[in-house]
Amino acid sequence: MESKIAEVIEAGTVQFAAQCYELYELPPLGSLVKTGDIYGIVAGATTSSLEPGRKPIARGKDEASEEAVYQSSPQLSKLLRSEFEAVVVGHKDGDKLRQYLPPRPARIHGFIYLCQPDEVKEFSQSFGFLNILTSATLPVPTEELIAAALRQMSRAHEDSRAFLVAAGKELAALFSSDFIRLKNILGRLQ
Amino acid sequence: MSDRLGIVTSASLEKGVDVRLDSPVSVEDMVVGRYVTIEGRKHRFLGMITDVSLGVTDERLKISPPDAADPFIAEVLTGTSTFGQIHIFPRLTISGVEEPRTVKTIPAHFSAVNLTSEEDMELVFGQEDPQRFNIGNPLDMELKLCLNLEEFVKRSNGIFGKSGTGKTFLTRILLIGMLQKSKAVNLIFDMHNEYGWQGTSEGGPPVKALKQLFPASVAVYTLDEENSRRRGVSTDFVVKIGYDEIEPEDIAILRSTLNLTDLAVEATYQLRRRFGKSWIQNTLDTEDPDEVKQLLEESKIHESTLQSLKRGLATIRRLPFIEPHAPADAVKNILDHLDRGMNVVLEFGRYRDITAYVLVANMLARRIYSQYQSRTEKAMAEGTAAPNPLVITIEEAHKFLNPEVASQTIFGTIAREMRKYNVSLLVIDQRPSGIESEVMSQMGTKITCLLDNERDIDSVLAGVSGKSELKSVLSRLAPKQQALIFGHAVPMPVAFQPVAYDTKFYSSLTGSRGKAAGEQAEKDIEELWE
Repeated sequence: MESKIAEVIEAGTVQFAAQCYELYELPPLGSLVKTGDIYGIVAGATTSSLEPGRKPIARGKDEASEEAVYQSSPQLSKLLRSEFEAVVVGHKDGDKLRQYLPPRPARIHGFIYLCQPDEVKEFSQSFGFLNILTSATLPVPTEELIAAALRQMSRAHEDSRAFLVAAGKELAALFSSDFIRLKNILGRLQ
Repeated sequence: MSDRLGIVTSASLEKGVDVRLDSPVSVEDMVVGRYVTIEGRKHRFLGMITDVSLGVTDERLKISPPDAADPFIAEVLTGTSTFGQIHIFPRLTISGVEEPRTVKTIPAHFSAVNLTSEEDMELVFGQEDPQRFNIGNPLDMELKLCLNLEEFVKRSNGIFGKSGTGKTFLTRILLIGMLQKSKAVNLIFDMHNEYGWQGTSEGGPPVKALKQLFPASVAVYTLDEENSRRRGVSTDFVVKIGYDEIEPEDIAILRSTLNLTDLAVEATYQLRRRFGKSWIQNTLDTEDPDEVKQLLEESKIHESTLQSLKRGLATIRRLPFIEPHAPADAVKNILDHLDRGMNVVLEFGRYRDITAYVLVANMLARRIYSQYQSRTEKAMAEGTAAPNPLVITIEEAHKFLNPEVASQTIFGTIAREMRKYNVSLLVIDQRPSGIESEVMSQMGTKITCLLDNERDIDSVLAGVSGKSELKSVLSRLAPKQQALIFGHAVPMPVAFQPVAYDTKFYSSLTGSRGKAAGEQAEKDIEELWE
């Protein structure tokens, strides 16, 4: 059973930002998430102070472990927040998966779910999303994100190597004129 | 299994078609000379692979190559960033109903390319039938490659190849084919005693030649009875040549082999005029100084010229088969055999030197040709049957057909005048560049084994469309038992492996001969009761 992990706090056509319900309960980089009919790939995350003007201060000097810092200051989990950004890579049109941008962006306060392996597998049957990732403006290097997304997806496939080879061939076509980038991504796939 | 190889990425009628190979297809499986079918929108194109190459999408791949040891990287890049390409020269368009036609257009972008199926090849080359003879298999195919011999003998043809590439075996196969499946009769000037009774094979036992396989339709003539007897050949006729049969033209073509001057050759005509038929005998017999002086003055020949000529004529006289008067007319005898549909092989025994070969072949062929000429003309005038089509096989053809003498020898005339008088040539040679280009261009079908001399290759391929493409095929034939055939009798050039000349081949012949004999017998019976 899927459980919601975050909520949309900023929504655009190509990207949306979300805040996690629990501190540090972030979805991994490159994982597939969905809100409503919209699919996104986690493209970067931050944990920061709730109030932009108030920076956290170092508290652990007299504590034995990192965990003890949080235990002795239980308010921390309320003053800090984990946020992530996701690139919109597709949407569901009726019962069809479309790997291109949805007609409308996500809604603020939309619940965000981490996609389960079955859904990831279904989504990664085609590689149209790779093209969206290559052209998106991202908080992390494109090569890193593509490699991370493919690594994540490969776990949902029984034959993960075959999946990566197929994806690699798709990338080779996308980066046909830029072998250095292709090489960088392929090097990060294993 | 699908035979799909890839898709057409660019094409031009002049330069051929480029095909990008699909990733599962290994570039190493693509061999030059193989036939592929391009599935265009409206036509199917048959073409030959003429080049294989590797391509990359990004030049930087060549500068900083990826880690080839990593199987993952290798698998991803194969067929995507790095890919195989083949170059195809289209030859024919085929559609289900019509005859295959010469290519006049090119396939559309991204047409699929497959290996040519055996059905398609069969559609083009036909199946074995009363006119078509199986000469081998196209390279890498199980299919029988059939040659239409009725068409083949309509032109002069050539078999070329370096020495030791299997010319002789190929010739033997073709002669057998002609013997079985065409109406033509053969006259073979067999310099190395390979075609009559039995032939040699490198490192193997002797192989059967024509007479052993077809005793009823082959006659073996010999110039060297003793040698033939020693080899255990049953000969039908011993050829002797009389001095009086040698004409000045015969000396003219021996000019370079006898080391004669132009003036000496000129003198032969004057001597022939002066002494008539026995001019050689008389010239050599004139030794008395007074007589010589008289001869020189009357014929206006210089003394050194006469001496040079005499030396040359003496060489001829020393040939053991030359006699003052031939006991029997060899030409008449040969013609009788040819008229009966018999094939004649003339063995040269020990007299393998080029003087003997050129002299005898030219003399006999000239006289036979002139008989054919007059008989064909008569047949045309009177509307009677023309003599059996005759194919004359000559070896070392560049000795007869080189630019210097091609205009003088009868073979030059036959090659040029082609079928007008029902006589054609089968030329066997290892130095095709030595043959006059006009003669080469008149040849209908050419079959060539491996050639590696640039000039030889050029002269064989002169005037063929897609010459440079065929050149790469030709120069990459295996050194043995592979050949390329192109020209009149085949719809498109094809590289092939000739049928193995072994007991299996012999028995396949006996099978069909048995049938032919049966048919003949039935015909004879019918005629008997008419």
